Amino acid sequence: MSFDVPKKLEAEANRRIRNYPQKRSASMMLLHAVQDQFGYISHEAIQWVARKLDLQPINVYELVTFYPMFRPEPAGKHEIKVCRTLPCALGGARELHGHLCRRLGLDAKDCGLQTTRDGRFSVEFVECLAGCGTAPVMMCGGEFFEKVTLDEADTILESRK
Amino acid sequence: MTSSSRDCCATVTPSGKGKGRLIPLFAESSRQHKKEESVPEEYRLILKHADEAGYGNDIACYLKHGGYKTLKKILLMKQRRVAGKGMISPQEWLREEVKKSGLRGRGGAGFSCGLKWSFVDRRSGKPVYLICNADESEPGTFKDRQIIYKDPHQLLEGMAIASYANDVRLAYIYIRGEFVKGASILENALAEARKHGFLGKDILGSGYHLEIYVHRGAGAYICGEETGLIESLEGKRAYPRIKPPYFPAVLGLYQCPTIVNNVETLCAVKHIAANGSEAFAKLGTPNNTGTRIVCLSGHVKKPGYYEVEVGKVTIGQLIFHKNFGGGLREGRSLKAVIPGGSSAKVFKAGETFLLKGKGKKAKPKKVALLDLPYDFDSLMEAGSMSGSGAIIVMDDSADIVAALSNIAEFYAHESCGQCTPCREGSLWMSQTLRRLSDGGGRRRDTDDILRIAQNIQGRTVCAFGEACAWPVLSFVNKFKDEFEERGFRNERQNAEESAS
Repeated sequence: MSFDVPKKLEAEANRRIRNYPQKRSASMMLLHAVQDQFGYISHEAIQWVARKLDLQPINVYELVTFYPMFRPEPAGKHEIKVCRTLPCALGGARELHGHLCRRLGLDAKDCGLQTTRDGRFSVEFVECLAGCGTAPVMMCGGEFFEKVTLDEADTILESRK
Repeated sequence: MTSSSRDCCATVTPSGKGKGRLIPLFAESSRQHKKEESVPEEYRLILKHADEAGYGNDIACYLKHGGYKTLKKILLMKQRRVAGKGMISPQEWLREEVKKSGLRGRGGAGFSCGLKWSFVDRRSGKPVYLICNADESEPGTFKDRQIIYKDPHQLLEGMAIASYANDVRLAYIYIRGEFVKGASILENALAEARKHGFLGKDILGSGYHLEIYVHRGAGAYICGEETGLIESLEGKRAYPRIKPPYFPAVLGLYQCPTIVNNVETLCAVKHIAANGSEAFAKLGTPNNTGTRIVCLSGHVKKPGYYEVEVGKVTIGQLIFHKNFGGGLREGRSLKAVIPGGSSAKVFKAGETFLLKGKGKKAKPKKVALLDLPYDFDSLMEAGSMSGSGAIIVMDDSADIVAALSNIAEFYAHESCGQCTPCREGSLWMSQTLRRLSDGGGRRRDTDDILRIAQNIQGRTVCAFGEACAWPVLSFVNKFKDEFEERGFRNERQNAEESAS
């Protein structure tokens, strides 16, 4: 199996496992660590996590398919999540999502995860990001942006081209 | 006894009176409030420092503002004599204090925190766990984010005190996955607290051990439900557990007694421990004590978070007063208010309610929507709830059908899929509302979604069933003409198009 685990990841996994009285509890933290490292969670990664935690791969795979943040396939280098839920919708979330999609040559009607051909960006509509007072909000990577105007959205894209 | 300069409600010992009684300072200031009742104002207890210029989230800043003094005070406390109870341990005293303070959970259900703690099975011999629910994901809510990002040590101190009170040795913060920076802020704060000896082995020489770890969620709303959260923390899909028998206080994390408290609730515990239950209960109104961070969003001029005394401010003041929402946009009128996060039943502008009033001799009173005090009981009597403290305001520009369709889509996406009525029903409601809002609806759609909603509520393992049914039931019943008219118009237009 060609799955190289960097030493840092291995160390982090071991540290996380020690935080719980039962190993299985660490599975979500390990999946986060894997996704941070590789950008997505491959089958090999699932098997590695399962081995680390003395679980069957299905016990890990069922988490990847349940939790929306876990990705079984790679997304764009910069992953944009636009909040879709009511307060943001009242504040112009659809316009923001549509604008980003048009700028990146993606389908504005598609709410799901879409990635640009060059793999630089992906855009998706997500549910409430807990920033309702400063709608519309979005995330790019781990960064959070509030009251995003269409001009600001352009700037965010420009700075990551 | 140490006083905490961090609190606006610091207790002080009057000089020259020896063992003088503790005088809560904020009793004075709340009296002043009453004199000028016409000016509703924020009362910042938990967010006192959060937005001050130069207030950082590092431990040095927290210590400079009197941080961890309450924890020290609590850990040094000896057994004490309480009238009617004899000698009791500091832990028992703390639990009594929280019960007496009247603190109600700030996460959504508004259940008494002291009572929740009292259900913990302390004789099982199993370890007791504390979990801080930081999975803030009810649409409209963004208050816990403020605490976590701006004042994480306040939460840690609150957690340490709550843990000590309940003999907890291991606690977790379950934080929603999207708070990427929040998780690293908390990890950093935990490392700082360990370094200063506020966490770990033998805290401040008291012999008490406590560890707290951060556990990240991954985008599932159902993890906010406490038994779903526990499953998730055990490394499984967040399928809520059935109650009975799985009450967390008895069979929680790893089948051990477990307490799950919201971020804001745990911060309130810190203030109760600092100033006493009486001082806390003086804030707010009877049975609705303390302060609450209200999140205001939607069509108001100044959306944002406002900490107020519970029940001292009305919904109308929160929306229209210049100290809060500042009113609607120019030329607009109010259409609807969702008072407690998207699961709460909607209020229609102009509604009035018959409230029982407090006390035995109180007569029922007619209260208009905008005059409803923003507290747990009044909103419940008015047929909705204050939930997670999130008010979503819609003016006359809002399309009610599209708004409900948006909410229904949220619940269809977030249903965990465990119970059939919810898994299927939430999707049917969402699909029906989507076509109604997009032009493909039919006349019978309105009745259909009502019937579906009625068949979900009460038929699921957890309260998500109600959370997805209530918005549909309330929106459709209160704005029925708009839904029926939309179905009628859709049907007619589509018939005309197919005829031509």
